[in-house]
Amino acid sequence: MIKDEIILAIETSCDETAVAIVKNGTELLANIVASQIESHKRFGGVVPEVASRHHVEQITIVIEEALNEAKLEPADLTAVAVTEGPGLVGALLIGVNAAKAFAFAHGLPLVPVHHIAGHIYANRLVKEMTFPLLSLIVSGGHTELVIMKEHGTFQVIGETRDDAAGEAYDKVARTLKMPYPGGPHIDKLAQVGEPNIDLPRAWLEPESFDFSFSGLKSAVINTVHNAEQRGQVIKPEDLAASFQASVVDVLVEKTFRAAQQYDVKQVLLAGGVAANKGLRQQLENRFKDTKFDLVIPPLHLCTDNAAMIAAAGSVAYQKGTRGDMALNGVPGLDLEAQ
Amino acid sequence: MKVLAIDTSNLVMGIAVLDNGKVLGEYITNLKKNHSIRVMPAIEQLMEETGVKPAELDRIVVAKGPGSYTGVRIGVTIAKTLAWTLKKELVGISSLEVLAQSGKYFGGYTVPLFDARRTQVFTGLYGNGDNGKLQTVLEDRIILLKDWLEELQKLEEKILFIGNDLPLHQETIIEFLGSQAVLGQVADHNPRPSELGRIGMEREPEDIHTFTPSYLQLAEAEVNWLKSQGK
Ligand SMILES: [Zn+2]
Repeated sequence: MIKDEIILAIETSCDETAVAIVKNGTELLANIVASQIESHKRFGGVVPEVASRHHVEQITIVIEEALNEAKLEPADLTAVAVTEGPGLVGALLIGVNAAKAFAFAHGLPLVPVHHIAGHIYANRLVKEMTFPLLSLIVSGGHTELVIMKEHGTFQVIGETRDDAAGEAYDKVARTLKMPYPGGPHIDKLAQVGEPNIDLPRAWLEPESFDFSFSGLKSAVINTVHNAEQRGQVIKPEDLAASFQASVVDVLVEKTFRAAQQYDVKQVLLAGGVAANKGLRQQLENRFKDTKFDLVIPPLHLCTDNAAMIAAAGSVAYQKGTRGDMALNGVPGLDLEAQ
Repeated sequence: MKVLAIDTSNLVMGIAVLDNGKVLGEYITNLKKNHSIRVMPAIEQLMEETGVKPAELDRIVVAKGPGSYTGVRIGVTIAKTLAWTLKKELVGISSLEVLAQSGKYFGGYTVPLFDARRTQVFTGLYGNGDNGKLQTVLEDRIILLKDWLEELQKLEEKILFIGNDLPLHQETIIEFLGSQAVLGQVADHNPRPSELGRIGMEREPEDIHTFTPSYLQLAEAEVNWLKSQGK
């Protein structure tokens, strides 16, 4: 009988303290997320020092909850996976040191995982991957197009040259005086507005799969200021819809072009902004009746969680990736070097 | 009782393994290097050399701060995780109290201090109780050095100052206290993890899940937010 592979994973790269347990790479046994969002709302964004303090308060509680939910003991585990980076350094350090201490206490192998690899692998908890595949990762900190030819190898073919898409959402939301985090508010408002305001779309060079959102963000701010000066009223829902259309048009079109050029089998959506309804709908429309298999994970697997780290950790574990007791948090960790 | 003591709260990194009346091993460095990279390998090595397995420990004692926020969190996270997952006791001890132990046979008062920037210090006042054991006289705090020295001037006895950051502040200390101040010698300034373990053996265990570092200071964003709320 082949013994089950059971991986406990820890993720603390930003403002969620998360622990999950996954069996044989795809079967979710526990997925606990302690969100700090209520605390950071007061500041209008994630404050790194506050995030780190919350992680220390939560870490053992969340590990315990995950083990209880899976009805497992440390002795049942195969390995401990942890987010090595990228992320907030002080926040990463809590997960990394908790993982090292846990692995040391029970003599378990330690597997470092790249956060973005985790986001991509969240899809494997929904559907088995078929290669080559293309993944669009959109979150508060990342906007990237990644090609995978096989498990555990990543080629970044496009990335943002300035703001991440999620960042642009938050900044525009602030201009429209919406509470943090702004993305979901804009998405909701955009559903009832008309995209009738002319805003730029940054296509960059014809061959490029890179993104740029800072120009669009400035255009939104200028539109609001100009209207104010002229005493005109802009409907916030129309502005939200116009902004969202600009972002989504570029994301979807570049993803489609990349899928064609690299002749992939699957297209995976990943990252927190994958919760965006506008983006989901337009991707579904664009890829409908094409040869590409579009996979969009459920919302709770798109935002930061540890199940995705366990899923990516399982593949890394099978490939023999190991961390030792000197493992550190790396805020600018490179995906392609994995 | 087998004890593992961990101190990463300031520049000095310290690990000790104690078994009842004995300090089996102790590891101290005073280097500007990354605790996150070095502390678990140090724990692994010291436990291996002293022949103590993680499951054989009875208690984990950690220096809970004050000090570097990131540094304190590394030690506390490791100590909480080890204690909780091995089902062992956890004890947190003030990092200042550990440092103060260099003065436990001094006879007068002992003032440990860490620099806290902007002419502030993390400090406290410790004095001799019975049996040569130090007791807290004035609680740990973060305070402007000058305000602290004015308070200490009221004391009648000699005061021993200890800490690796002393060179930054000794001129001011002498200016205020003159010969009432005694400055520790070079080997007194590293907090000793064996002392941390020793004090930790005598204290009541903490609730592991709710145990947090003793920062002595709110995060700057919290301070500003409270101000904006008029609190
Ligand atoms: Zn993320």
